[in-house]
Amino acid sequence: MTNPDFPNEVVTRALTRLVRVPGLDRPAALITLDNGHDHTKPNTFGPGGLASLDAAITEALAAEPAFIALTGKPFIFCVGADINGMGLVRSREQALQLGREGHRIFARLRNSSVPTFAFINGAAMGGGLEVALHCHYRTLSSSVTMLALPEVGLGLVPAWGGTQLLPKLVGIINAATVIVQNPLQQNKMLRAAQAYEMGIADVLLDPADFLERSLEWAASVVQGQTVVSRAPVETKDWDGVIAFARALLDEKLHGAAPAPYRALDLLALAKDAPFEVGTAAEDEALADLLMSDELRSGIYAFDLVQRRAKRPVGAPDKALARPVTKVGIVGAGLMASQLGLLFAQRLEVPVVLTDLDQERVDKGLSYVHGEIDKLAAKGRLDAGRAAKLHGLVSGSVDKAAFADADLVIEAVFEDLAVKKRVFAEVEALVKPECILATNTSSLSVTAMAADLAHPERVVGLHFFNPVALMPLLEVVRAEQTDDATLATGFAVGKALRKSCVLVKDAPAFVVNRLLTRFQGAVFSAIEAGTPVEVADTALDPMGLPMRPLALLQLVGPAVAYHVAGVLHQAFPDRFSASENLRRIAESGLPLLVDNKPNPELASLLQVGNAPLTAEQVLDNALTVLAEETRIMLDEGVVAEPQDIDLCLILGAGFPFQLGGITPYLDRTGHAERVTGRRFLPRGVASLPA
Amino acid sequence: MPRDAAPRQLRDVVFVDGVRTPFGKSGSMYAGVRADDLVVRCIRELMRRNPSLPPERVDEVAIAATTQIGDQGLTLGRTAALLAGLPKTVPGYAIDRMCAGAMTAVTTVASGIAFGAYDVAIAGGVEHMGRHPMGEGVDPNPRILAEKLVDPSALVMGATAENLHDRLPAITRERADRFGLRSQEKTAAAYAAGKIQPDLVPMATRDPEGAWGLATVDEAPRETSMEKLAGLRTPFRPHGRVTAGNAAGLNDGATACLLAAADVATELNLPVAMRLVGYAFAGVDPEVMGFGPIPSTEKALRNTGLSIDDIGLFELNEAFAVQVLAFLDHFGIADDDPRVNPWGGAISVGHPLASSGVRLMIQLARQFAEHPEVRYGLTAMCVGIGQGATVIWENPHYRPEAAQ
Repeated sequence: MTNPDFPNEVVTRALTRLVRVPGLDRPAALITLDNGHDHTKPNTFGPGGLASLDAAITEALAAEPAFIALTGKPFIFCVGADINGMGLVRSREQALQLGREGHRIFARLRNSSVPTFAFINGAAMGGGLEVALHCHYRTLSSSVTMLALPEVGLGLVPAWGGTQLLPKLVGIINAATVIVQNPLQQNKMLRAAQAYEMGIADVLLDPADFLERSLEWAASVVQGQTVVSRAPVETKDWDGVIAFARALLDEKLHGAAPAPYRALDLLALAKDAPFEVGTAAEDEALADLLMSDELRSGIYAFDLVQRRAKRPVGAPDKALARPVTKVGIVGAGLMASQLGLLFAQRLEVPVVLTDLDQERVDKGLSYVHGEIDKLAAKGRLDAGRAAKLHGLVSGSVDKAAFADADLVIEAVFEDLAVKKRVFAEVEALVKPECILATNTSSLSVTAMAADLAHPERVVGLHFFNPVALMPLLEVVRAEQTDDATLATGFAVGKALRKSCVLVKDAPAFVVNRLLTRFQGAVFSAIEAGTPVEVADTALDPMGLPMRPLALLQLVGPAVAYHVAGVLHQAFPDRFSASENLRRIAESGLPLLVDNKPNPELASLLQVGNAPLTAEQVLDNALTVLAEETRIMLDEGVVAEPQDIDLCLILGAGFPFQLGGITPYLDRTGHAERVTGRRFLPRGVASLPA
Repeated sequence: MPRDAAPRQLRDVVFVDGVRTPFGKSGSMYAGVRADDLVVRCIRELMRRNPSLPPERVDEVAIAATTQIGDQGLTLGRTAALLAGLPKTVPGYAIDRMCAGAMTAVTTVASGIAFGAYDVAIAGGVEHMGRHPMGEGVDPNPRILAEKLVDPSALVMGATAENLHDRLPAITRERADRFGLRSQEKTAAAYAAGKIQPDLVPMATRDPEGAWGLATVDEAPRETSMEKLAGLRTPFRPHGRVTAGNAAGLNDGATACLLAAADVATELNLPVAMRLVGYAFAGVDPEVMGFGPIPSTEKALRNTGLSIDDIGLFELNEAFAVQVLAFLDHFGIADDDPRVNPWGGAISVGHPLASSGVRLMIQLARQFAEHPEVRYGLTAMCVGIGQGATVIWENPHYRPEAAQ
């Protein structure tokens, strides 16, 4: 079964079987969704899959069964519409058709005179959850951890009935949480117990005999032995909840992404509109969004995060990686301690922290052990693992403790001379094949390695703060870094569950360099006399997770000033060493008070009298981003624009609807205006030509 | 402190309840189902059917399998208990006596209960002959042949059945076929009367296309006739007597039962379906292993002070018709005696080796409830490599006046 519009669809087949269930005179029709692959390639709905479901329902109804039940393959129910197929939709008419076809087929389960059941045995997302919502009843396996309507995160809305059915089942607050809020919080999912609590399922059953018990339960419902009662949904707060959610969105996105707003509109409609009216509105929303560049960029970003992040471009053969059975960390400050915890947790090997004196070592150790205890108290670690981790982390004032380490990473003061001295000292103590890694955020790794006996064993591993949460790791290849060292760097990054991107040894690498240049445009505007409030909100149309001052506050003005200094030294004509920034850093004043620029800052700033409009600030910021991105690609800092985008999504939280940044720069025209050409061909992260 | 010198008191052991999966033809309806999942399903249903038993009160889980490899390996009793969701404090082990695996699991944990080591235990067995054909991975010691310890035919069960026919010429192919036909007819009647179904646990299946299904009845029973049976070939010997019609097939299935000390059953308000009277195992020449139940039954009768005339119901495993007929001839019981396998047996429903012992007990327990005039019943089976196994049970529903 293939569709001319989507020739490479991995078709999820819907297979109808008539099964005898004890206690029923007539057989039940059990429909299994299965794409023929194991759980690593989950069931999805493309045109072929929908057609198969349609046929399976026809076959089931023709048998006049006692009931119809829909279930998945092991561990997977269905994870929704095939995302690869969405990129192939070329016209609004086609997009409308996709929505209507799903609605038509799913409605057969809702309108069936034969009772219909979904047995949600595994992951159910998007259209997978929506088809389940169309069934009259739902059983849910207690082991399911992935239940979600993630569409909004991608730039869509749940448009196969989700926005109309869910609020009527679980109430508007829960529905807004699942449809709007969760997707925007790192695509948060529901576990089975939470979903059951909300009312998404009628009964929660153990995984061990889920299907047998589901069939038994369905039979008891059909026979009237089990009566399903659902609490009626309250509608009086409906409009208030929508208004509140809209205000929250404005605060976060400033209207930058269309999808969450469309989702709220549809949820508002669900209150009183007949189902058919609601689903027709879903079709229109789907067609609008599917034919938007934001969605195409979202699909592109999703693919980067799901695929490219897992197979870093340019990484050497992983067979070259050396085993890492013990890790040394030079420094016991906050960054070093965070690294110590992460290495112990993920690699489960001994980790030794060293510092200049016992007091600093003890402080670092107490941080790590305290964090382990906190995780244990929260139930995130069981007692056995907590005990293991405690045993793995130790400290010393003597770097001789690194003698049998396979990897030593330094996280000391950002000063080239200091770091060179540390590496020289460590090299004298460690095994010849021990990897020396640096967590520098801006300095030259090549220079750091220059005077060592074995510079080929040095690699940059640039983590982002907070280390436990930020998914990006910039893996820096210095001039002399050999393949085994680099491969080990990637292997360690993967074991730490970070997404690695290969970066050339260039000042401040990718994320810090671009953010510094970008923020620089905002500060220049302020220095030119633009009111701080205007400059700080000028980038709102991009929907970034933080405004410039909040970001500066998070990074720390001193660190930002240091990085800017390094970049200024390297590229004096593009990066300035702002005196204003130095003064802010030295003042120690908070940049924000009650989420507003601190009025006390004004006295520190020396500004000109050529204020810019918000539009001009944004234009300038995008201009310098386009210029710097092109220069970095020309310099070979990373292999392709995709790596820049991946770094900004994972390292700076740039939103999906921008596709990182290059699709957005293509979309706004800055790429062509500033650099003479697009970063990505039309159709890659945008609507086809 | 030194042990009290007073003589140890044995405790009465009762069979509380038992369930089984429908039995499949090997490589057929359960081809896509794991062996451990079959027995896990039985354990879970057993617990669900007996809600008054707190799961932490289960003191042992003994699960039998003949081929303890792959999904039948890994200390099956322990892993099945964990997979079934029993508390981690509940121990378990795997056990093997080929066809009498589950029966041995029962007698072993029952002995532990009688001895005072356990209050409540689960015993059962599983054999997925589709995934684990008989003889998978065996490595017979070369001395067996070199020293003629055992006739080479002893390792092929069908050949031992032919050997039995040789030694008992009165048991003809025609008699064996007729017994096989009766087995089918009795099972069909029992199904029609709804006798078998109450203890079957519906089992999810998955076909080669990936579609789920539900097994609710045994797959092996079929309609046949003496004419059809006479036409079947004799795979173990040209012009032999043993056919697919007068022998059990190759099957997949699992069983589990709950045993308890009598006083604990009372305490926990658990039903009593049968009371254990005694048991025995005995060895015979491996090349005629079908004789096994004769000496094991004689021994069990001797142990319990009963005679064959005291036994009112027999559940004999029908590995081969000839082997059941040898037993009946030995004890002077007619081929069609209504006390014997009233609902048919392994020839019709199948014989997933190590699981079958508990199936015999499940059926005997149901029949006891229907027959208050019967005081004692017997479950027996032959065992590969020349053994027999017999367990004698007392009917708690027995009323002497019903026997009048």
